[in-house]
Amino acid sequence: MTETLKLTVTHRDGLAVIYTEGYINNQGGEEIARVAYDLIDQGEKTILLNLAGTKIVNSIGISILIEIIEKMIEIDGRLAFCCLTPTIEKTFHIMGLAQYSKVFADEKAALAELTAKG
Amino acid sequence: MPERTTLREVRLVLPMVAEMEIAATKAATSLAASIGMSPDRIDEVRMAVVEACINAFEHSGAPDSKVYIDLEVRGTAGKPEELTITIRDRGIGFDPGTLPNPSIEQKLKAKRKRGWGLKIIEGLMDAVEIHSGAEGTTVKMSKRR
Repeated sequence: MTETLKLTVTHRDGLAVIYTEGYINNQGGEEIARVAYDLIDQGEKTILLNLAGTKIVNSIGISILIEIIEKMIEIDGRLAFCCLTPTIEKTFHIMGLAQYSKVFADEKAALAELTAKG
Repeated sequence: MPERTTLREVRLVLPMVAEMEIAATKAATSLAASIGMSPDRIDEVRMAVVEACINAFEHSGAPDSKVYIDLEVRGTAGKPEELTITIRDRGIGFDPGTLPNPSIEQKLKAKRKRGWGLKIIEGLMDAVEIHSGAEGTTVKMSKRR
């Protein structure tokens, strides 16, 4: 039954990319937050969350992503998303996340914009 | 006008245990696929089921720690038209009219970021009814194929 979230981090063109694989629920959200806050502590100000490997999320997990967005606003950084399923993207729009975090169709588009703006 | 009837039905009783909501999504996926619902719409049903289940898990305070789920394919003249899912708990209930409508602006400043479940369900499903009282809470939601 367990749908443990797996995370991988890479650094590309001056930003950090977190790849998720699995269910973003409360534990998954907390794991993403732990990794994101470590990256922030290391000086990263732009983080891209690539959700290509995540087909399901819940609102508790997304609430933890809102905490990360809040943190990024505090440090004048950016959290962006790419490769969302249509339902996850629709959910982000219902919740209004897209007003505070950019959502890109794919990683190439995300890197092109995020790295261009520094 | 022909009356809409239940053509197929699945009933589940889930313990309020972490990730048990995934079991409910599997039944919903199978029934939705059986009536030819598109994969994107099935995904929306799955998300709504997850939200309704975790709302019950987190907030119902049900003494039996169980969620009762009825999944029905409904239609007329033997032709499936919609999937209706009823998620019920025997918890303490709440007044749906007093729930604040969450907004990202308010949540970004608030300590508590949660409270999105019903807004998400209403945004993803075609119809949603909520009944709640001392006997518990029932969320009935449906999506056309």
